[in-house]
Amino acid sequence: MEIEKSLSATYDSKSIDILEGAEIEALKASSAGVIPDPDEWLNEEIKRNIFLTTLDWAINWARRSSLWPAVSFPACCAMEFMSAFVARFDLARFGMENMRSSPRQADLMITAGTLTWKMAPQIKRVYEQMAEPKWVIAMGACACSGGIFANSYAVVPGYNHIIPVDVYVPGCPPRPEALLYGIQTLQKKIARMHNTITVPDLKKALEPEGVQGSA
Amino acid sequence: MTVALSGIEVARKLAEHFTGAIVESSEKAIVISAEQLLPVMDYLKNNPEMAFSFLSDITSTDYFDYFEITYQLTSLEHNHKLTVKTRCYDRHKPVVPSVTGLWQGANFMEREIFDLMGIAFSGHPTLKRIFLWEGFEGHPLRKDYL
Repeated sequence: MEIEKSLSATYDSKSIDILEGAEIEALKASSAGVIPDPDEWLNEEIKRNIFLTTLDWAINWARRSSLWPAVSFPACCAMEFMSAFVARFDLARFGMENMRSSPRQADLMITAGTLTWKMAPQIKRVYEQMAEPKWVIAMGACACSGGIFANSYAVVPGYNHIIPVDVYVPGCPPRPEALLYGIQTLQKKIARMHNTITVPDLKKALEPEGVQGSA
Repeated sequence: MTVALSGIEVARKLAEHFTGAIVESSEKAIVISAEQLLPVMDYLKNNPEMAFSFLSDITSTDYFDYFEITYQLTSLEHNHKLTVKTRCYDRHKPVVPSVTGLWQGANFMEREIFDLMGIAFSGHPTLKRIFLWEGFEGHPLRKDYL
């Protein structure tokens, strides 16, 4: 109650609306283009030795085997997600039976549903609150491209205008099998990820600073 | 099954109390002039014979020449319902009296119409956009939008 009181002293309801509107307009203006999918590393030349590869494998195995999804279900694809989540299709087989209400404990966002511009800042905030490493599965036609609402005044034409997307699962809505396939694709992708430990070039590191330029 | 009252019969009863309030009446609906909307609605809600205690829905239609606002009233006591309409001819500054004083449930429904159709409701406690954000230009459900 104290917080509410101090808030209402600073902002009235109208000026909060104006602030929100300005935030949405700014987001809309800044997200006209599409954010590229974070997959440059998939084709990168591998610069590691055997030991680090094994360590990478262990890290990636741990990461892909316990993907905890964050809550971001703005529309009807959430029904298919629920179906995939519970006993019949059973996401627990992939180590992801843990739905996290707090984005800080999650590392996968399954964006099941149409995103309106009014909701976009909140989804962006949830994504930003998730701890690294984090992945996004765009579930359904609306999440991939805006779907049938792509030309609407109120709908974001694809989540990749707001956040980087790793895997796209098409369908309206996609069947649970399709979502499972998307999750497995993401797991394969994570398996190929190499972590930021790079082997230092010992020869270069041992050289004195001045010699480097002349050589 | 909820009985739909005949608009003509209700209009006949209303004519005893209000002069010039009824613009049009048919079996399905009665059309009330915007000026007399509030007293007529008050009568429909509080008269024990009518007792329309529940406002099911408010919708609006754009006919180019005028806007029509439709109220769906239901009486839980008598299990009957009635459709009441009112019209607004000013396209640039359409104003209709708000019924939030009679039914609290009208609050969000009138805000929705204000947001998407651009009809202002005089006497509404917090008349601001509800679905779209502050700063959005235009009213998307109008026929001449885009």
